[in-house]
Amino acid sequence: MARFLLWRLLSTVPVMLTVLVVIFLLLHIGPGDPAATLAGDNATPEQIAGIRARLHLDQPLIVQFAIYLRQVLSFDLGVSVFSNRPVTTLILQRAEPTLMLAATTTILSVIVAVPAGIYAAKRVGRFGDYVVMGLSALAFSVPVFVLGYLLMQSFAISLRWLPVQGYRPLSAGLMACLTSLTLPTLALTCLFAALVARITRATMLDVLAQDYIRTARAKGAGRLRILIVHALKNIGVPVVTVVGTSFAALLGGVVVTESVFNIPGAGRLTVEAILTRDYPVVQGVMLVFAVLLVGVNLLVDLSYTLFDPRIRHGGSR
Amino acid sequence: MKRGFSFPMVFGGSVIAATLLCALLAPMILGYSDDIVMTRSMRAPGAEYWFGTDNLGRDIFVRTLSGARNSVIVGIGVAGLTLLIGTAFGLLAGYFNRLDGAIMRTMDGLMAIPGVLLAIALAAILGSGLYTVVIAIAAPEIPRTARLVRSVVLTIREMPFVAAAISVGSSTPKILLRHILPNAMPALMVQATFVCASAILTEAVLSFLGVGTSPDIPSWGNVMAGGRQFFRVAPWVILFPGIFLSIFVLAINLFGDALRERGDPILSGRRA
Repeated sequence: MARFLLWRLLSTVPVMLTVLVVIFLLLHIGPGDPAATLAGDNATPEQIAGIRARLHLDQPLIVQFAIYLRQVLSFDLGVSVFSNRPVTTLILQRAEPTLMLAATTTILSVIVAVPAGIYAAKRVGRFGDYVVMGLSALAFSVPVFVLGYLLMQSFAISLRWLPVQGYRPLSAGLMACLTSLTLPTLALTCLFAALVARITRATMLDVLAQDYIRTARAKGAGRLRILIVHALKNIGVPVVTVVGTSFAALLGGVVVTESVFNIPGAGRLTVEAILTRDYPVVQGVMLVFAVLLVGVNLLVDLSYTLFDPRIRHGGSR
Repeated sequence: MKRGFSFPMVFGGSVIAATLLCALLAPMILGYSDDIVMTRSMRAPGAEYWFGTDNLGRDIFVRTLSGARNSVIVGIGVAGLTLLIGTAFGLLAGYFNRLDGAIMRTMDGLMAIPGVLLAIALAAILGSGLYTVVIAIAAPEIPRTARLVRSVVLTIREMPFVAAAISVGSSTPKILLRHILPNAMPALMVQATFVCASAILTEAVLSFLGVGTSPDIPSWGNVMAGGRQFFRVAPWVILFPGIFLSIFVLAINLFGDALRERGDPILSGRRA
């Protein structure tokens, strides 16, 4: 167990290092001088030279990377070119809406999609399966923003049931906050739940094809009993895996959804930063999202040890 | 598995064919219709302008049909580029143990950045041409294809026919391309459909966020992005291209699903 934990933790080091290299290189792959890119279109040569010196852009690439690495390891993500404030502060200020939206979407998706996926697996090749699979294919074929505008048009503009755009923070009360997140959550859930339902169905099909299910059937256990007692016990791992593997898609969807609904979250911050060419902020958000993603996958792997004793006792992994 | 033609395959296939035809012919027949006619701006859909007009008086029906071309180019371009580079990395990582660690850790790193975010950043940095957008969307898709090919290579290279090929003195490139790659082809074709579908969606997202192709290159995403500010008064500018895009992407996804069902049962469930 301890060995597995240590091994898994160490395996994130090369991944994070690659992430850092990619994010660091982003600024250097574009055409032109990074200092000029950072300074913006109307910068004077003195300003550009100032930025070059301040950010050590006159040093060799490898030295720059070492400086960047040292900064990141001391939780310094640089300073926003646009607002001159530390990137970490900006991200922390914008964290709440993003985390709330991700949480509501995940919860709603699991509630809707896991039963749907199990149902489809149970009825595989029959009408119910086709309905679930068809709907999920449709849901991830519609761009999130089109869905968002459709929901906004029907429930906020025509029916006036819900606010059109914007976000009410938790400090304004839980209900106000959840009301403001209803439409964005619905839009994002369509995408996310479609993914979750598909993966749940595939994993459930795997579980149902296992030997112990056949054994249970052979000794005369009823269908429902097999599903609940024998198969569902093993659904813990799949559900957690599903949420883990779809998390990247969720983070991507958050960026778009926040823009549609004018939610001042980390995703909106990224888009604003990209449009104003505020690269330190872009790099900072990318890094934070990557850390989140790697962290979630780490937790997913660790949770296997709770569900699966074979891993806990130092099996083949 | 199943043989013959199922509904998804027929539906998917015909929608794809119709859209490709549209992409080829529409600009020739209708022109790109960038004629800005302010006197007919913001007309609602009706007999004269089926899909309505935008704030500059451009016919949304014409723009939707001609936008198909660039969206299709992006979809096919990204699928092609991703398959080419992903397959190369996958073959190398799967066959040469010494390269495996380095290549796959790099791929893991690329996968750790949310794809849409990486594409947005790349598109913003590389600029707003059609080809740069293709590169920006393809980059985050490469690791998954590389993983897929690698996993196929790992199983195939233990097969007796590979040992036989080695023993008769076939060169390594020949073994990789003639003996191993063909076995990965069915999985790759399925993967290509999904990459193509997701690329078209990502292109729309990039345009919508303002980092996609420039407005003089009409694509579905682009046309929709133009309607963003006027959504409340002219929702049709987003709605109609959105419907076309969704049906096309749905068709590709259904076609890919059907392709997978027909193929090797081992492949089912490979899509992560």
